[in-house]
Amino acid sequence: MSNDDLKKRRVKGPDGIEFEVNPMEDYFCTERPHPESPANRILEKFFNWARSESVWILGYGTGCGAIEMRPLMTPRFDAYRFGIQWRPTPRQSNLLMVSGYLSVKTLKRVIRSYEQMQNPKFVMALGSCTINGGMYWDSYNTINRLDHYLPVDVYVAGCMPRPESILAGLEELKKRIRAGKGEGANTYIENLDWYKANQKKIIKDWDMPDYNW
Amino acid sequence: MTFHWMQIVYALVSLFIVLNVGLVIQGIVRKIGARLGRRYGIRWYQPYLDLFKNYAMRSTVSHGIMFYLGPVFRLSGGIGLFLFMPVIYGSAWFQNFSGSGDLILLAYFIFFGTLGMALGAGEGGHPYSAIGITRGLSQMTAAEVPLILAIIAIAVQYQTLSVTDIVAAQQGSILNWTLFTNPLATVAAMLGFLGSMMRSPFDVVLAPQEIPIGPPTEFHSNFLAVLQTNRAIFPMAKTILYVNLFFGGATNWPVLIVKVFLLYMWPVFIGVAFPRFRVDQSIRWFLRIPALIGILAILFI
Repeated sequence: MSNDDLKKRRVKGPDGIEFEVNPMEDYFCTERPHPESPANRILEKFFNWARSESVWILGYGTGCGAIEMRPLMTPRFDAYRFGIQWRPTPRQSNLLMVSGYLSVKTLKRVIRSYEQMQNPKFVMALGSCTINGGMYWDSYNTINRLDHYLPVDVYVAGCMPRPESILAGLEELKKRIRAGKGEGANTYIENLDWYKANQKKIIKDWDMPDYNW
Repeated sequence: MTFHWMQIVYALVSLFIVLNVGLVIQGIVRKIGARLGRRYGIRWYQPYLDLFKNYAMRSTVSHGIMFYLGPVFRLSGGIGLFLFMPVIYGSAWFQNFSGSGDLILLAYFIFFGTLGMALGAGEGGHPYSAIGITRGLSQMTAAEVPLILAIIAIAVQYQTLSVTDIVAAQQGSILNWTLFTNPLATVAAMLGFLGSMMRSPFDVVLAPQEIPIGPPTEFHSNFLAVLQTNRAIFPMAKTILYVNLFFGGATNWPVLIVKVFLLYMWPVFIGVAFPRFRVDQSIRWFLRIPALIGILAILFI
């Protein structure tokens, strides 16, 4: 998609009828999101338990981290037995697993995927690249700290982290969710201006709508 | 058949039991799949957790009215199929509303959910949904052919469209089952059964390798939870219908659950043993041998 695709224009349909298209209004939501407060205390405790035991991952394989996902889901480590499952669509997932370095180009897609997920959602970042840029820390086209662009719940250190450490990270995430600290989605929306400013500072050709939900 | 208000309560009780059995069987089936892949697999109660989690999601994004109605239609297809047939033969409690429905209505309910889902998922606007629906409807239509032929065959055989009467005719001995009195119809229907259980080699609707999960791509949170509820009820309802039509029905819950479980395993074992068909292969398959067996079943009745 380029900036031109988002401009208002007249289009001729296959049946020969001309009509006006305004992609920003027709295809995207222009309404600013609002934080969603938790249910009452007892119910929320039960919900959080269910959430922690049913983590659906959207694996965002940008770099070497994606390699570690395979042993995680196949017989050797078999994360399924801990209630961790993979979903192919952001709409149904509640954990975005960002693996490895993020170039500016992929950061755009990560943001879009994250915003399409439903509240409550969590982010887990793998590898030193997402913590401080890792071996790309002075590169012109990768980001240094994921925390500036998305609210990260758990970082798993390593270059790359082994499946064991990812499992440990997932256990840590479960603890956080059960303790009611997995409120990244609300944090993101409350500090939306700060996050958007950071994102726009690094993504020079901002060719997508501000809200992707 | 006279109507009592208590029947509604009984129907809800049997629906609740079937929902739970469906969820447990789902968990066990995934566990079997995992064991065959040499994994330990999910916990047997994982489907419950996933269901709770999805009902507990806080936000939803709507794509329009039909998007809301899609899952509702799907669920009413499943519940409708379940409500109009006897669950336990001879039990006043678990007759549901079998007196009000007949085989034609049930055959319609099998298709109804898919049609509703098609409209709903279409409004989601995701290209994968549209592809999934096209594939789903084509395969469903092809898989219905042997099933409907079998239904016509047994309707002619028993001279009735009432499921209760068909179950009644099969009582007495195991040799009275349609399985033995009309094996051709049973085989045709069992082959058609594979088409709607969404397992390999007939899972072209979801096609995990090319259009991940197909029609439900855009469905999330509560919408997905409703679909999950249906995913527990609908296959169970469909399997109970098969038990009623071809395997002598059931006179108590344990017999029903054993029969349903064994029938449920038929597509599961085929699924873990065979790779996936392409859409055209799958449709051709249904329209060849199973349809032919179905026609033979009608001819030889």
